[in-house]
Amino acid sequence: MNFARAHILVCGGTGCTSSKSPEIIAEFESRLKENGLADEIKVVQTGCFGLCALGPIVVVYPEGIYYCQVKVEDVEEIVREHMLKGRVVERLLYKESEEVSESLNDTDFYKKQTRIALRNCGVIDPENIDEYIAYDGYQALAKCLTEYTPQQVIDLVSASGLRGRGGAGFPTGRKWQFAAVEKGPVKYVCCNADEGDPGAFMDRSVLEGDPHSVLEAMTIAGYAIGSSQGYIYVRAEYPIAVQRLKKAVEQSREYGFLGKNIFDSGFDFDIDVRLGAGAFVCGEETALMTSIEGHRGEPRPRPPFPAVKGLFGVPTILNNVETYANIPWILVHGPEKFAEMGSGASKGTKVFALGGKIKNTGLVEIPMGTPLRQVIEDIGGGCPNGKKFKAAQTGGPSGGCIPASLIDTPLDYESMAAIGSIIGSGGLIVMDEDNCMVDIAKFFLEFPVDESCGKCSPCRIGTRRMLEILNKITSGQGTLEDIDTLEELCNHVKNNSLCGLGQTAPNPVLSTLRYFRDEYIAHVVDKKCPAGVCKALLNYSIDPEKCKGCTLCARNCPVGAITGSVRQPHEIDKSKCIKCGACIEKCKFDAIYKA
Amino acid sequence: MAKSIAELKAIRDRMQAQMNLRKDDGDSIRVVVGMATCGIAAGARPVLAAIVDEVGKRELADVKISQTGCIGVCRLEPIVEVFEPGKEKVTYVNMTEDKARRMVSEHLVNHRVVSEYTIGAAE
Repeated sequence: MNFARAHILVCGGTGCTSSKSPEIIAEFESRLKENGLADEIKVVQTGCFGLCALGPIVVVYPEGIYYCQVKVEDVEEIVREHMLKGRVVERLLYKESEEVSESLNDTDFYKKQTRIALRNCGVIDPENIDEYIAYDGYQALAKCLTEYTPQQVIDLVSASGLRGRGGAGFPTGRKWQFAAVEKGPVKYVCCNADEGDPGAFMDRSVLEGDPHSVLEAMTIAGYAIGSSQGYIYVRAEYPIAVQRLKKAVEQSREYGFLGKNIFDSGFDFDIDVRLGAGAFVCGEETALMTSIEGHRGEPRPRPPFPAVKGLFGVPTILNNVETYANIPWILVHGPEKFAEMGSGASKGTKVFALGGKIKNTGLVEIPMGTPLRQVIEDIGGGCPNGKKFKAAQTGGPSGGCIPASLIDTPLDYESMAAIGSIIGSGGLIVMDEDNCMVDIAKFFLEFPVDESCGKCSPCRIGTRRMLEILNKITSGQGTLEDIDTLEELCNHVKNNSLCGLGQTAPNPVLSTLRYFRDEYIAHVVDKKCPAGVCKALLNYSIDPEKCKGCTLCARNCPVGAITGSVRQPHEIDKSKCIKCGACIEKCKFDAIYKA
Repeated sequence: MAKSIAELKAIRDRMQAQMNLRKDDGDSIRVVVGMATCGIAAGARPVLAAIVDEVGKRELADVKISQTGCIGVCRLEPIVEVFEPGKEKVTYVNMTEDKARRMVSEHLVNHRVVSEYTIGAAE
């Protein structure tokens, strides 16, 4: 490809791909050709830009113009107006409140972020190793193999203060050190890409947008601990990530960054990709390694820790995708630079996947210790439709909720632990006033109940009993005693389960009990669901003052529970009502309410 | 084939020349070609193509080329403006492919303004 005067970057992440970005790319290519511009303008498929709520996203350089929600039909106009005549298509620009932003970097969403792990996502073509190299790719590996001893590499990683981004937050350098001192000759480097938390998709985005950074970091880790083989365990539900990862491995082998005698240093390293079959428990390190070995994915007790006896019984390190993505950056820019960011013992940045009741659903990367308020209000744009923020769930089904009263808590490992939550892998689900916290606890608990591998009884039986109690409470059958039993059971499961899945499964229940006990009590004592979510506790009624007798609700009721004559207040027969809410939606006079 | 560190550096330098336009650094030279109807009618397309070709051949990593609408002096089209950071903008008028190529080698490479093509010389 010759020199191009402009680059059109189209997001090829999972979100934008499902809203037709491949068709958009094809359309760009054919329209550019039609206008004789194909030789001077390059179309590039990139990884995720982060603002998934507004996908598909197209960015045009050198101006950095940011188009959102682009449809295939819009392409012709962009080419004709922007690419040919230099006129920006304003109707497709990103509108943050009243202001229209032309460039990515002008938006609050991006301005307040610091992108380290996501540095190349949405910037380079993930399927082109040369573009990765242009952005300092494989520089860190070259430097390590030629200038540093393995011990120096470990010291640099330790000095950066990087901690595991998969959830537990264990210091990465120390983990490497443990494996390095073990005797070989065979050791393994594993990458945990079995991202199973509902609502978390940062690892997927790194793999889709910047797969080489993970390969480079694993090779560095191999050099540091004395291993010559790496495995990436990625879930099969991420087809785009798997395909790009495999392509990246091939390219890297072709360039000699994987294989024998890398950079003439005498160091050999290769990586294989292993697919997970969809069990959540395989994201737990010992279960993951059991699965790579070809067995049923079940955890085993620790110690021995993987650094001593891991995959195939030999010393192994296992790091998460995001952790690896930070490593090349740290080695190129220096550990001090990394340690400057963050707060206290939580250094660097963390990627969060924003979801739930938030305007800007997507991926954000912020320095550790940024207050939750900034993420939700400034970057996330707050709750949609002017609703009030109620709580945020961090760490998915293993984490806890942060109530609105603690919205100024800094997002770092220590502060989160102090309020009974965790940073976790980085899922951040926002809830507004319409969410019932008992219902949320139930939702998150259903997940470990389904996913428990069944090996240990606290998790297998305990979580199920917990769910049964929650079901009892939300159906209006609960007693105050149930709440106490639930709490006791939570603590038992937490303290006695074999692996992280069971140990953390009660967290959503415990933290909602801690901050929203009044909602639980309302469910069991008053038999009311304050947020109006739990159907069994709701009754639909018609306010006779407001009802005009238009008959619209009666005509729309699917079970014929509403009766009344024209111009007379109607009534709902509670024994027939199925609480579907169709009448509320249809009523033009706000006469129907649930309580 | 296994690459050496020198080869890695060579790939990096070559690619950076192509990738630089995705960076928002503010210290690159901007070359803007008037591409309104008047500009295109007067032959701005081949002028733009010549600039792109020449900049590409010379691997000028710090040059960004873009287009703009009508500058307002349609009779002097094709018009090319060059913005160098910290300097006053230079407006070239009545451009042709050959003039454009010379402008690239003189102005963008050697930082010498080609005075005879500028709007000052034309008026």
